[in-house]
Amino acid sequence: MSKESTARELVLPGDLLDPGTMKPGEGTYVHDGKIFAAMLGIKSVKSNFVNVIPLGGRYIPAPGDMVIGKVIDIGPSNWLVDINSPYPAPLHVNEVPWRVEFGDTARYLSVGDTLLAKVLSVDETKRVQVTMKEQGLRKLQGGQILEISHSKVPRVIGKNGSMIQMIKNYTNCRIFIGQNGRIWVDGNMDDMVHAMRAIKMIEEGAQTLKLTERVKEFLDSVYRKEE
Amino acid sequence: MGGNSDMKLIDENGIRIDGRKVDELRPIRIEAGVLKSADGSAYVEIGKNKVLAAVYGPRECHPRHMQNPAKAIVQCKYNMISFSVSDRKRPGPDRRSVEISKLISEAMEYVVFTENFPRTSIDVYIEVLQANAGTRCAGLTAASVALADAGIPMKDVVPAVAVGKVNDQVVLDLNKEEDNFGQADLPIAIIPRTGEVLLMQMDGHMTQAEFDRGLEMGVRACSEIYRLQKDALRRRYAVVSGEGEEETKGLVHAMTEEA
Repeated sequence: MSKESTARELVLPGDLLDPGTMKPGEGTYVHDGKIFAAMLGIKSVKSNFVNVIPLGGRYIPAPGDMVIGKVIDIGPSNWLVDINSPYPAPLHVNEVPWRVEFGDTARYLSVGDTLLAKVLSVDETKRVQVTMKEQGLRKLQGGQILEISHSKVPRVIGKNGSMIQMIKNYTNCRIFIGQNGRIWVDGNMDDMVHAMRAIKMIEEGAQTLKLTERVKEFLDSVYRKEE
Repeated sequence: MGGNSDMKLIDENGIRIDGRKVDELRPIRIEAGVLKSADGSAYVEIGKNKVLAAVYGPRECHPRHMQNPAKAIVQCKYNMISFSVSDRKRPGPDRRSVEISKLISEAMEYVVFTENFPRTSIDVYIEVLQANAGTRCAGLTAASVALADAGIPMKDVVPAVAVGKVNDQVVLDLNKEEDNFGQADLPIAIIPRTGEVLLMQMDGHMTQAEFDRGLEMGVRACSEIYRLQKDALRRRYAVVSGEGEEETKGLVHAMTEEA
């Protein structure tokens, strides 16, 4: 058996993960006491749990996730936010940092606005609620949004935030990453272009080795030219 | 199904008109992830059959009255392109394609963990570019690879193959001529891991013994197709290796506050 998630083993639906000595985690199912992979992904073993880390698929909200949403509809006491998942997420007036009169919702957020929000709750039928009542959550003004696959978000962040910190240091951009795969970038026009190119690079090469070095090389090369 | 015909489809040495033995599959090629805009896709060639499958979703279910608050629904659309057969096929759904769509939808609904995505629909589009008998099997084979490629949780990848009876012999993977002038056609889809049958239809007549032999032959062929399906998926994601992904959600939080 492989050690604590050192080997990156690709598994396919129906592959046997464990004969039953470990506990089934995410992306797995149990049949006859044995654990099988339920989806295509990377096998990972953490504290006696076997998980499958997905390589694709749609974003499914989980409570506590930081997401970047777009307002798609306005009601008298709530906004409907698209969070890049199969489920639209209502944002209730009680969950915004402002005091909103009934029917006065359009004054604060209108259709097309982007915002940084947090998933408040998800019930068993996947009814989602989002909130903005927390420090750092706000409407995003200016900047640009780019969308990547949500499964590649961890790569863009890097180990302990190393990757994103490096991009921020080079480009002087302000960057927010939503768990739903939306990334908001704001800064100088040229810097923004470089930051987005770097992120695209990470997305395309998400499964390759020495990615951090290559991205660093790329950023080095563009910024040396400018000086 | 021409019933009894005096057409000689298998010679004295047990070789069929396309040079295969009775228990031999046509050459198969499977490729995963061929379309960019779909969430998952696959292209399958089985002999002269060419089938393309694309998967979208899970996504919001429209029309709304179709959605199920407890689970996702799988909606398959099997379609033959007008140039897929020798006479131009009139485009659009017909009796046959509606039947096959329903069949494949129900087969896939059984393997996909639909309860993970309540109120959504998973849409599978199967386009037959070229048909040469056995397109429902090729379609199902392609659809399941496309579903796996889309990262949808499912019990297993499902292969499908047809067996039949030609010149009083049980044969595997009928081609056009054998399908048209043979005595029986029996498409089968199974879950290889458990041996459960997902799809089985029969057109024509077979004795119990012939049926048993055909089923056994089909199951064996399915495991071969299953291997090719998995190979295709592995090839698509071959370069998976590199540094770990050990970040937590807490980190995302810390980052956003500092920015």
